[in-house]
Amino acid sequence: MITGEFYVLPLKTNNYKHMKTLTLSEKLTRFIINWLFLMIVWFAFTTSLSAQELIAGAIATMFISLLTISLFTCCTFKLLSPRSLFYMSYFLVIFLRELIKSNFDVARRVLTPSLPINPGIVKFKTKLPTDFAKMVLANCITLTPGTLTIDVIDDTFYIHWIDVKTTNPEEAFIEIAETFEKILLKIFKP
Amino acid sequence: MSLYEIIGGLLSIIGASFLFLGGLGIYRMPDVYNRLQAGTKATTLGAMSLILGVGVVKMEDHWSWIVKAIIIIVFIAISNPISSHALSRAMYHRKKFPIIKSSDKNMDAYREVFEKQEREKEEKK
Repeated sequence: MITGEFYVLPLKTNNYKHMKTLTLSEKLTRFIINWLFLMIVWFAFTTSLSAQELIAGAIATMFISLLTISLFTCCTFKLLSPRSLFYMSYFLVIFLRELIKSNFDVARRVLTPSLPINPGIVKFKTKLPTDFAKMVLANCITLTPGTLTIDVIDDTFYIHWIDVKTTNPEEAFIEIAETFEKILLKIFKP
Repeated sequence: MSLYEIIGGLLSIIGASFLFLGGLGIYRMPDVYNRLQAGTKATTLGAMSLILGVGVVKMEDHWSWIVKAIIIIVFIAISNPISSHALSRAMYHRKKFPIIKSSDKNMDAYREVFEKQEREKEEKK
């Protein structure tokens, strides 16, 4: 189906309904951000400043960002403000710290002869507004100590926990996701 | 030996030892979900550290190696947790339920959602 100025992929889920209501300027901002991002990736792969490579990259990335404009729902110019850039770098530091911690946690559990695990599945609710933010939170939960995201339905996360301390949703939320959600709320809702 | 080679070699050794621990975890854990837990975390940091080590060693020849290594690291960090989530969800929908040691019924919060989805499927038939 062709809606307005841009071709929209005919996906059957409800996630892409909002694309029909987007104005031209919003579509343009998304297109420009996707194009810039893809150009940065292209430059990182080629690492040369010769005119040939740059022109070929610009044409290829322009076509890709035109075709996939309905699939990128994450990007607005708000994400490039200094405040969210600061919180993004803070988020990266916290994420790396948790990743290293979780690796030592796995090492401790694997190397202990008695295998100290108490597995189970818990659930909790999140306050994050967009699907993209929920995906980031789900990926971070998978890489933090002892937790694995099994499913996300609307606002509810279902988490496999290797050492269950509580089955109460609110306490589980404080234990697992509170630090990440605080920063993500500041990035995605400035 | 140059400084690049020493730093890169140390990073590679750290990465390889974490990959070994991940493999040991996959061998020792009792069911799919715990194996995925050990596998995902250890392989993410292990592969990241190993690839960064290779990038640092090769940086002596040309600086573009480290940029390419960082791009690969970012893609690994994005794709690894998504694949483990897809595997664990698929295993639950194949009715391989997780091992639960305690007798508390609330320990498997996903079961009610799964049973509701199964009922809806049967009603459609």
